[in-house]
Amino acid sequence: MENHSIARNTGIPLNLGWVENTTVNPSATQRRAVTLGKRRSIKKEWQAAWLLKAITCIDLTTLAGDDTPGKVRRLAAKARQPVRQDILEALGAENLGITTGAVCVYHERIPDALAVLKGTKIPVAAVSTGFPAGLSPFTQRIQEIKASVALGAQEIDIVISREHVLQGNWEALYREVCEMRAACGEAHMKTILATGELGPLWNVAKASKICMMAGADFIKTSTGKEPVNATLEVGLTMTRTIREYQAMTDFKIGFKPAGGIRTAKDALTWQILMKEELGNEWLEPHLFRFGASSLLTDIERQLSHHVTGRYAAKHHMPIS
Amino acid sequence: MPSIAEIFKTMDYSPAPESAAAAQAWLDDHGRKFDLFINNQWQAPTDATYIEVTAPASGAKLADVANANSADIDKAVKAARKAFKTWSATTGHQRARYLYAIARNIQKHGRLFSVLESLDNGKPIRESRDIDIPLVARHFYHHAGWAQLMATEMAGYQPLGVVGQVIPWNFPLLMLAWKIAPALAMGNTVVIKLAPSTPLTAILFAQILQESGLPAGVVNVVTGGDEAGASITSHPDIDKIAFTGSTPVGAIIRRVTAGTGKKLSLELGGKSPYIVFEDADPDGAIEGLVDAIWFNQGEVCCAGSRLLVQENIADDFLANLRRRMGQLRVGDSLDKSIDMGAVVDPVQYATIDKWVKAGVNEGAAIYQPDIPMPENGCFYPPTLLTNVSPSSTVVQEEIFGPVLVAMTFRTPAEAIQLANNTRYGLAASIWSENINTALEVAHKVKAGSVWINSTNLFDAASGFGGYRESGFGREGGKEGLYEYVRPIWKKRPKPTLDWGENGEPDVKAWSKHTPPRPSTKSSVANGSLPPLDRTSKLYIGGKQARPDGNYNLPILSPDGREIGQVGDGNRKDIRNAVEAAHKARGWADRSPHNRAQILYYIAENLAIRADEFAQRLVDMTGCKKKDAEAEVQQSVERLFTYAAWSDKFGGTVQETTLRGIVVAYHDYLGVIGIACPDEAPLLAFISLLAPAIARGNTVIVIPSEKYPLSATDFYQILETSDLPAGVINIVTGKRDHLTKTLVEHDDVDAMWYFGTAEGSYFVEYLSSSNMKRTWVNYGTARDWSDETQGAGHDFLHESIQVKNIWVPTGVT
Repeated sequence: MENHSIARNTGIPLNLGWVENTTVNPSATQRRAVTLGKRRSIKKEWQAAWLLKAITCIDLTTLAGDDTPGKVRRLAAKARQPVRQDILEALGAENLGITTGAVCVYHERIPDALAVLKGTKIPVAAVSTGFPAGLSPFTQRIQEIKASVALGAQEIDIVISREHVLQGNWEALYREVCEMRAACGEAHMKTILATGELGPLWNVAKASKICMMAGADFIKTSTGKEPVNATLEVGLTMTRTIREYQAMTDFKIGFKPAGGIRTAKDALTWQILMKEELGNEWLEPHLFRFGASSLLTDIERQLSHHVTGRYAAKHHMPIS
Repeated sequence: MPSIAEIFKTMDYSPAPESAAAAQAWLDDHGRKFDLFINNQWQAPTDATYIEVTAPASGAKLADVANANSADIDKAVKAARKAFKTWSATTGHQRARYLYAIARNIQKHGRLFSVLESLDNGKPIRESRDIDIPLVARHFYHHAGWAQLMATEMAGYQPLGVVGQVIPWNFPLLMLAWKIAPALAMGNTVVIKLAPSTPLTAILFAQILQESGLPAGVVNVVTGGDEAGASITSHPDIDKIAFTGSTPVGAIIRRVTAGTGKKLSLELGGKSPYIVFEDADPDGAIEGLVDAIWFNQGEVCCAGSRLLVQENIADDFLANLRRRMGQLRVGDSLDKSIDMGAVVDPVQYATIDKWVKAGVNEGAAIYQPDIPMPENGCFYPPTLLTNVSPSSTVVQEEIFGPVLVAMTFRTPAEAIQLANNTRYGLAASIWSENINTALEVAHKVKAGSVWINSTNLFDAASGFGGYRESGFGREGGKEGLYEYVRPIWKKRPKPTLDWGENGEPDVKAWSKHTPPRPSTKSSVANGSLPPLDRTSKLYIGGKQARPDGNYNLPILSPDGREIGQVGDGNRKDIRNAVEAAHKARGWADRSPHNRAQILYYIAENLAIRADEFAQRLVDMTGCKKKDAEAEVQQSVERLFTYAAWSDKFGGTVQETTLRGIVVAYHDYLGVIGIACPDEAPLLAFISLLAPAIARGNTVIVIPSEKYPLSATDFYQILETSDLPAGVINIVTGKRDHLTKTLVEHDDVDAMWYFGTAEGSYFVEYLSSSNMKRTWVNYGTARDWSDETQGAGHDFLHESIQVKNIWVPTGVT
């Protein structure tokens, strides 16, 4: 994470009153979500610039059982050079240092990614703690974090125990995340809530609050493996808790929607959400990430279209 | 223009203009000059004058439109009258086909309509594109369905005839749709006058009508100013006026149409409360406020313009609101990235500014966010006024602009009290996650539309319209159809008003009454014992009360014998009766079952004394014994009818586009004044008061002036039937003398009058002081013994007002 000196969240003592005092009206949230992308329109040069910015916020991800060193090296190469050089030049963006925000892999693939990313500022993020279900033995989950950090991962995407949320066991969730944060050390911690498995939006809000109080650097929506991924409703709910936490503590917490974000238009809508709810700073990679794999290709095609005026073919874009 | 690299750093929004090319080309195609659409022809205005139409966002001239005068309106009415003959004879299916075609064509030209609407009115293209125009199409689709179903669902009703409609500038095409769709569905023909500043989409609509093949004269679209509007509202060959606009103009129309037999529906102003409880979703409520008061620049009759926020969360809430206001973008109406466009014209701008300055002068704290404002055009910034109270002018008056006033409350009861502390009653928003709070407040707030955890939701299937001085009648839903029909048995009332010597209505002469003096004629034979005095008192607050003036009226038999005396009520008796009726408002909280039981009990007690009541009718009216017995019997039956209706007319669930439940709740009106006719003195009395109290109203009844003794005899029945004190109050005396006080009373919610044509005129005329609902007979008697005429659906309809409560659902 470059050149953004923000005070890192230290966490705060558990404030259960804040958790209890959570009201989210789902239908009102939905109405806001529906109109978000319709109230703002990002076109032409603005669209190109916003999409370039979106690329810098992508955690370019592969999380499949068949990931091999070769596959991950290809992914990392794409992270270094996410847009075709000729397109970048045509956009006048060749000196903006466009790379993705990070590369996100399983623990075993950390060295493969690092090998390619050496000498860049692109961090490697590892999913951890028994991803995606988070039901492996707790000590192993903590160990897993430590092992990944030891291997060189600078960011750790942990999963929380959904059980604690569904049972309203906030102390347990707080303790769990605190321990994980301690295990992360200097590595930044993104806490995956798996919102698709938490039930109503107010559970999402409460879990977000707990994770921030326990020291999360980012709160993240989903593993990408739940039946429902990052929805705008969930995004609104989580970003609003970030705003509250900042008002309480002055700490700025990052946000990462993940799963199901595939098109440039999706990315723009998420960016609008961030700008409207939290402001411009949350458009930058130190506070905003997309967890995505196929999004980059669509953005690259849109940028190509901006340059040529022609709709682009997928096979003209180098794959990851 | 900044480079991509620069934007990459600033991450600003940019203007995103919607192209106006097609709309401008359409204007050019017509030489930017539009005539009147009469009889499916474009006709130049008689005196060849035109009105300039401009774009409020830029001030640029868009077009000239005809300025109709009264001769033009007359032409349009004649065309509509001619077309009515064939149009009213079409089948429901035929009309459905036309309405369906109109809906389809609106959708096909949806973008052109939206762009034109935003150009002309100044509203954001997002709103015209995503809200106005889709609602317009939906309205025609929905009413195509009502046309299709009219024969069965509106059995017993017929179209009215020619309908005159006058619409405002804030939702030009949507208001047109709300007016025209139900009118056509029910078989009426239309003359509609557009607001002079925003006529363009309606002109395009007229072209759509041609495209849809609508027969000539069925819809006539005219542009013009005050003369055209006044010509419509006063035109003798128009059968109904539908108006949306300000309360003062609505009051004028009420007076202009008084006594003419024209039906009238008015959708007027508002100062709608937006209530936020401590347990509300604060972010949801703040986004809701954006949609409540900054939607359409606040130029919305139902705008949530009066924020009531619970005191213990007010500071945080208002701080968040101010932050949110700083995110609003104000700009050109065709910019897709704005939240607020231009207000409609410099006059409206000045009006808004005047109110805001008045507020500040009275001590309000003003907040306007530091956001970029366009340099030219009619743009008013989003404005929040705090440090105001119910006594502040800006809290009482409708500003009709992007101005929110904010106050606090302590408890739900106080929230209800503050919410209802207004002359208006159009809408209310309630924000609470507590179902008890939300539903209780929804139930108690006086408003035609109530939105729980939401705001400004509209749909063709849900009637929109006001309580109190926000008007009467509903637009949308089945409840809206009744504004465009008349019972089949009923002819269009065409009262002839006889103003006597001076030829002018004279309210003093009409209501004049000098108390009686002793008769010099003795009705007692010389030397014989006088009969026991039988002087009825008044019945107020459950007690027999001596008339305040201490005068009595002799009641004579047909052959001139005095058969009793009744109290000669005066204005103080009316005042007391209204107060008693208000004290008895707990009646509405009784269970419907309980109200039914009491009506049955009244029927029971009347039946026991049937002979006595029949004899009284014979004595008073000289009717045949057999007829008198039949009238009593029918009165008992009618009490049964409305006992039955006590728990069977609560409302319906509306099938709108909302994910959730929309309840059309049949609310009571409140306190109703009823002036009874002389015909069928017992049956008419019962037929009127029974539906009113069955539906939870409390009443002040003026019995037949000529034959009041059936009503005064009824006191004893009421006293033995468990009826709570004050639900029925009876004031005998001179009907019109008493009616005047009752109809002028600002705390009476409705006035039913069954007397003369002239009296009907005055009732309608005087009702404009608080826009109370009226139901008058224009001097035409109905056959009270006929089930349709004496106990038809209209009795229930007149006893309620529809409140639509929107309850969104969903947990994820």
